[in-house]
Amino acid sequence: MGLLSKKDSRLILDPLADNNPITIQVLGICSALAITAQLKASIVMAVSVMVVLGVGNVVISLLRNVIPGKIRIIAQLIIVAALVIIVDQVLKAFAYELSKQLSVFIGLIITNCIIMGRFEAFALANKPWRSFLDGIGNAAGYGLILIIVGFFRELLGSGTLLGFKVLGDPIAKTGLYALGYENNGFMLLSPMALIVIGIIIWVQRSRNKELIEE
Amino acid sequence: MEHIELFFKSIFIDNMIFATFLGMCSYLAVSKKVSTAVGLGAAVIFVLAVTVPINWLLDQYLLKDGALVWLGEEYADYNLGFLSFILFIATIATMVQLVEIVVEKFSPSLYNSLGIFLPLIAVNCAILGGSLFMQSRDIPTLGLALNYGVSSGIGWFLAILAIAAIREKIRYSNVPAPLRGLGITFIITGLMAIGFMSFGGMLTGGDEKKPSLDSDPSNIGVKTEQIQNENTEETAPAVSVSEVSTLTKQ
Repeated sequence: MGLLSKKDSRLILDPLADNNPITIQVLGICSALAITAQLKASIVMAVSVMVVLGVGNVVISLLRNVIPGKIRIIAQLIIVAALVIIVDQVLKAFAYELSKQLSVFIGLIITNCIIMGRFEAFALANKPWRSFLDGIGNAAGYGLILIIVGFFRELLGSGTLLGFKVLGDPIAKTGLYALGYENNGFMLLSPMALIVIGIIIWVQRSRNKELIEE
Repeated sequence: MEHIELFFKSIFIDNMIFATFLGMCSYLAVSKKVSTAVGLGAAVIFVLAVTVPINWLLDQYLLKDGALVWLGEEYADYNLGFLSFILFIATIATMVQLVEIVVEKFSPSLYNSLGIFLPLIAVNCAILGGSLFMQSRDIPTLGLALNYGVSSGIGWFLAILAIAAIREKIRYSNVPAPLRGLGITFIITGLMAIGFMSFGGMLTGGDEKKPSLDSDPSNIGVKTEQIQNENTEETAPAVSVSEVSTLTKQ
């Protein structure tokens, strides 16, 4: 990569796999799982978190010498809350249906542990450009998991992807349904999100033995 | 009656962990031992019981559409709803700080048991989630808001207590190596959530269909048949429909 030095590109690439925020650092599970029943909602959530985390990391990094240590949590919360309000208003203006569906969970980006975790662990100690890359990288790692989970839940649960009927029409019995295939409605319920993530962790850790916990 | 209904609904049916995944981070991080899990669970109940009613008051008299009418007629058109995130999180952060100071002063023993968890709680999704759900579900009175805070806290407490107890036991089991720790915890939580789904019919089961059948006396014979059919075939879709409807309501 010409634009980024080797050290900088690691900031983006690491969180995608070996230091993934969800499966390794166990951050940001809170608001994510409930909205992964559909791929579209997962993508919107991933993009929203990327915007908030990228911009938030830069702001915190710029203010890192100004914020007093004792009240930094409140200061960080206010900055995130302001950014989330902007995201929420933009969604309400341009994608009203989707914002109704995501409802409370956009607001819960504020307390998404991933955001506070990156602020505390990285942005408070690093320069703005590097913090920005770190924010984008971590949000991408988070989004990757969301999109994988959303993909499987929507495909197996309702037989669609982004609303397109990729497996055929269940009522007219075309495509796979003509062979007697049935949607697994269970995939749309919340417990399956947890189990899908459990399986992702299983796959990842069996491929990379160093990640196994004792 | 509505108090009892809300109480059981928030503990079992809309359980914060198993139905809406709120507070998962601390749920996974602090559930290695039962004793610490009890401490955090108690702190969550406490903080929810304080912040939900306060945020209810803020919502009612400051944020809602037309809430500022008590200032005078000319303020009736204001809708400050977009400020709710920032106001709620500020209330929560300050309340947590305040609670910490007050508890330290008046009850040092409680402070010692809750103390380390209180700062953690300001960024626990369960707390903000409690306030946001209170807002989006239009809880009508202050008493119900208090009830909602306490009971959803109890639901969270039960969930973390259960998973901590299971994790203490599972240490002696032979879990496949890549699943050890985090992976198996996710899968167990998923299984527990499936178990908790069976509470779904406790208060609302069949509500949508039964009244129309009851009102028509000629349907009595049909009714029992239909209920049997529902029990055998429609259990899973029925739950998913109710889940979707709660999602859209929010």
